[in-house]
Amino acid sequence: MKFLENILHKMEPNFSKGGKFEKWNPLFETMATFAFTPKLVTQKGSHIRDGVDLKRTMMTVIIAMIPCLLFGIYNTGHFAEVAKGSSIAASYWDGFGTKFTSGLIVVLPILVVSYGVGLTVEFIFGMLRGHALHEGFLVSGMLIPLIMPADVPLWMVGVATVFAVVIGKEVFGGTGMNVLNVALTARAFLFFAYPTSMSGDKVWLSGQEVDGVSGSTALGDLASFMSDKPVFENLDAYYGKYSLMDSFMGMIPGSIGETSTLACLIGAAVLIFTGVGSLRIIASFFAGGFVMGMILNAVGGNAYLDLPAHFHLVIGGFAFGAVFMATDPVTAAQTATGKLIYGFLGGLVAIMIRVLNPAYPEGVMLAILFMNVMAPIIDHYVIQSNIKKRLKRVKTA
Amino acid sequence: MSKTVKLRKGLDIKLVGEAEKVMESLPMPSEVALKPADFHGMVPKMVLKEGEKVKAGEVVFHDKYNESIKYVSPVSGTIKSIVRGEKRRILSVVITADSEIQYASSSSVNVNDLNGEQVKEKMLAAGLWPFVKQRPIDVVANPNVAPKAIFISGFDSSPLAPDYNFLLEGKEADFQTGIDALAKLTNGSIHLGLNGQTMSAPALINAKGVQMNRFYGKHPIGNVGTQIHHVDPINKGEMVWTVNALDVAMIGRYFNTGKFDATRTIALCGSEVSAPKYYTTILGAQLTGLLDGKIKEGNVRYISGNVLTGDKVEKDGYLGAYHHQITVIPEGNEYKFFLTTGWLGHGFDKFSNSRLFPTWLLNAVAPNKKYRLDTNTNGEERAFVVTGELERVFPFDIMPMQLVKAAITKDIDGMENLGIYEVAPEDFALCEYVCTTKINIQDEVRKGLDLINEECM
Repeated sequence: MKFLENILHKMEPNFSKGGKFEKWNPLFETMATFAFTPKLVTQKGSHIRDGVDLKRTMMTVIIAMIPCLLFGIYNTGHFAEVAKGSSIAASYWDGFGTKFTSGLIVVLPILVVSYGVGLTVEFIFGMLRGHALHEGFLVSGMLIPLIMPADVPLWMVGVATVFAVVIGKEVFGGTGMNVLNVALTARAFLFFAYPTSMSGDKVWLSGQEVDGVSGSTALGDLASFMSDKPVFENLDAYYGKYSLMDSFMGMIPGSIGETSTLACLIGAAVLIFTGVGSLRIIASFFAGGFVMGMILNAVGGNAYLDLPAHFHLVIGGFAFGAVFMATDPVTAAQTATGKLIYGFLGGLVAIMIRVLNPAYPEGVMLAILFMNVMAPIIDHYVIQSNIKKRLKRVKTA
Repeated sequence: MSKTVKLRKGLDIKLVGEAEKVMESLPMPSEVALKPADFHGMVPKMVLKEGEKVKAGEVVFHDKYNESIKYVSPVSGTIKSIVRGEKRRILSVVITADSEIQYASSSSVNVNDLNGEQVKEKMLAAGLWPFVKQRPIDVVANPNVAPKAIFISGFDSSPLAPDYNFLLEGKEADFQTGIDALAKLTNGSIHLGLNGQTMSAPALINAKGVQMNRFYGKHPIGNVGTQIHHVDPINKGEMVWTVNALDVAMIGRYFNTGKFDATRTIALCGSEVSAPKYYTTILGAQLTGLLDGKIKEGNVRYISGNVLTGDKVEKDGYLGAYHHQITVIPEGNEYKFFLTTGWLGHGFDKFSNSRLFPTWLLNAVAPNKKYRLDTNTNGEERAFVVTGELERVFPFDIMPMQLVKAAITKDIDGMENLGIYEVAPEDFALCEYVCTTKINIQDEVRKGLDLINEECM
């Protein structure tokens, strides 16, 4: 690696202050610090520092998302084949290679657009502000494709990414300063800006709608229970199409990376073990969803309200949201107690919106965005209780 | 009424190069220096000029804003130079030492015959006052405000810290006299914090007139700030004094002998020291004599103090006034390829409190493994992203990240509410170590304390 290091040394003067390409320093610095941990040393305070840095932290989140990505690619491929009516569509695991390839053909361009557009915007802001790329988008760039419907036009992905990075993050000051989760901002932008292609029964659709093949999702079908024209006669018919096991494994239509609860849980295990994702948030988010499910069961009235609470946890983007979206440390609550409240309310609101609001078949996105906004208020009260404890000490002393 | 405190939060950073419990004496250094910067916030007013003669224990300068606080020479000799920096600020006063130390004449005093005011006067005149520090703000104590208690930590839990039990051997009488002197200064208790996990030296365990509190846990358990917080926390408007246990013995020695005897035994430790040991030298000693021939080859960092809170010094620098150890570790100013030793490497060479590195695995397999860490920051400065990591090493009922943010944003109300009066920069040393942001947290806390000192004290 001496060879690479030598190149680096040779190029460095060109990019440093007064050099030929001074303007491009942020780009150079990003590349250089990617390849080599820089030779920065401590000056005062603690002379040694922990090995951990933001690059490694973010890379861990990306690794945690790989199961979701791989399963998502295969699942997308499967439903693309279903839509084409090909012979391997009958059984889920038939034609593994073909399905994976056709999934890749759909997913890879979305991934490339998301990273390409997002990183370009980040670099532009980096150059304006004179700093190297901050790592936040490495994760957002992966999250965005995973929460897109497979048939989303590429230009929409690009527009949504620009919107999310600029309005969602950079106007607040960049990585670590944003109020709303960047990836969800992208999703919400599409949801509200292009409602005709993103809502109704075409939401979460995978593959093209072809005669005889329903393009709808479990959530869309369930939502129809709330209307006059349910897709299924009763819940048993629903179970016939979307069994608990299929939903848990993720063998159902949905956004690219969100269908498999199993893959999400593998990611959750990685995040919780490494300490990058908060166990408090993930666990309380699931608990909140489950409790709301139980409450709805207790109310009852129609098939959707009677859907057993644990079904709610495995369908739609619930697990994905709990593991990868709600845990975003920048936008979540930051205090230990706050995290519990934040997660619990997030899960609760997600299922409430999902079931009770006919306009939004999936409530996870809105619930998390809502809780992002509420997180500082939750933290405020947690911090106040700490302050009050201290003030009380003065009075009793 | 003694207290027992067990804490789970904290982190013991295991470094190579602990000093072997062998004492070696060195010839006295030919030069010593007093550095005003060691006493944070103090502005010195010189009493002596360059070229003047001085005896050990004679005043060299005093605090410009509180003339009663004197700073005295640890050796006899000649004022060689007064080194000044920007705006003529005095950086150090260098004194060429005589081969034989001559002490300013004074005789031993029985502390028990004196009242509080007299003890205070004696200590101020003898130049012992700077070793009494105050909380809040963590500066040399203001002698005009009575403290509600005095805290002494009987052990140092920081990485490669000198063993107080070893250093206090045979100093029982001095230590007790020191305690007796301090006891005159407060109506409250003298709290002595003992390490519950090991046997303490006779000097500590047999100390009379103190409240002994036992502490169990990881670093920063030995920090006096941690001990205050769990025994008798400081509220706004209250004052607590702290004295290092080794300095208590020095104060006692003054009363017993009448001499300002600033010889101190320090640990020379760290991975780059060929044979880490204890050496006897003197306050403010120039380090060349101590370090020559004892350091491994290579690019190294000399630290007066420990790796978490010490000051970076040059090889010909001077021992800090509050320091009892010199640590030498490798300098880390080299590129690290990302896949081998850099940010995406296997990480077996790094010591991390986070599970992103396999330290947890090594801890399980080889609990006694020690690490050779360098001064590389292991990453660039970023905004706060990760939450919950500071809390794991901060055993206070204080929200560290919120307090640091309040300090950074100069939010005085926020700092007051969140407990700035209870903390010193050193309490945040581990936070600074583990923080992903690589922000100099201790420095930010210090700036916050300075602001509070200006506006609220």
